[in-house]
Amino acid sequence: MFYIYCPHCGEHREEEEFHAKGQAHLARPLDPDNCTDHEWGEYLYMRKNPRGLHHEIWIHATGCRKFFNMTRDTVSYEIKEVYKIGERPSVVAAS
Amino acid sequence: MSDIIAPTKQAAVEAASVETVALMDQLAGTDIRAESPLYHADLATVAKQGPKAGGVTLQEHKLLGHLVIRGSQDNAGFLAGARAVLGFDLPTQPLTAAEDGTLSVRWIAPDEWLVILPGREAFELENRLREAMSGHVAIVNVSGGQTVLELSGPNARAVLKKSTPYDVHDRNFPVGKVVTTVFAKSQAVIRRTGEQNWELVIRRSFADYLWLWLQDASAEFGLVIKD
Repeated sequence: MFYIYCPHCGEHREEEEFHAKGQAHLARPLDPDNCTDHEWGEYLYMRKNPRGLHHEIWIHATGCRKFFNMTRDTVSYEIKEVYKIGERPSVVAAS
Repeated sequence: MSDIIAPTKQAAVEAASVETVALMDQLAGTDIRAESPLYHADLATVAKQGPKAGGVTLQEHKLLGHLVIRGSQDNAGFLAGARAVLGFDLPTQPLTAAEDGTLSVRWIAPDEWLVILPGREAFELENRLREAMSGHVAIVNVSGGQTVLELSGPNARAVLKKSTPYDVHDRNFPVGKVVTTVFAKSQAVIRRTGEQNWELVIRRSFADYLWLWLQDASAEFGLVIKD
């Protein structure tokens, strides 16, 4: 079981209170009516599947019901950090 | 991401929003019989005929008024309106509650609070809150959707330990704390109201299941029903 820190409740909770909601930081095209099908398709369907650091959205489903971001290592399952929506991650993969 | 929403669209949404909240007093009247979610269990009779001493005491605080208040903590008109009507500040510190007589407020999320008060006072409070609050706020009467159970007694904590993964030790769950968490695979808002007293706000649809669960979980300590 994971013990996950909820940045809204300010404490660690059991994993069963949370749900993963997929990749974080998806930028919606600013003008959907005039973007190309390729751009819209990239936004709607294309997701990363990295080996290593991954930024994900999670929800504290049975707690405060708020979304937040999590940086997680997909190999070791280690949770590097959690941060609120709108904030920037401090742990990022070296590029 | 919220910061990506085009500013022009945001303005259009605000302009179109009109004050069209349909307000209704959900209480039919004092002479109409109301049934709590555990009406079928007939707790009054169980309390009369059942054991009078045991390790766990269960009581349903039925037919109370439940109001969900939502608004941003950045909205001064919202916080000031709540303070003016309630007589105290909304508890903005996570996992806390505030209480004044029969009226209690629980922190549910950074922008959500649950107010519980006597059922007959709910409609009046809702109206006063709507009057006093300004900006983007929501008040919803959810009285019919949930009920309040109180677990007490020397073994109440042991029953909680069997039911929730949350740590209910004194160190982690002092009197006054409020936690929304998993309870018997269902969900409950758990508030510690005393050294041996715990209040559970549960969903109407889960009330019967949790009643059966609590009877089973309390059997080894002896369950006393209080009316």
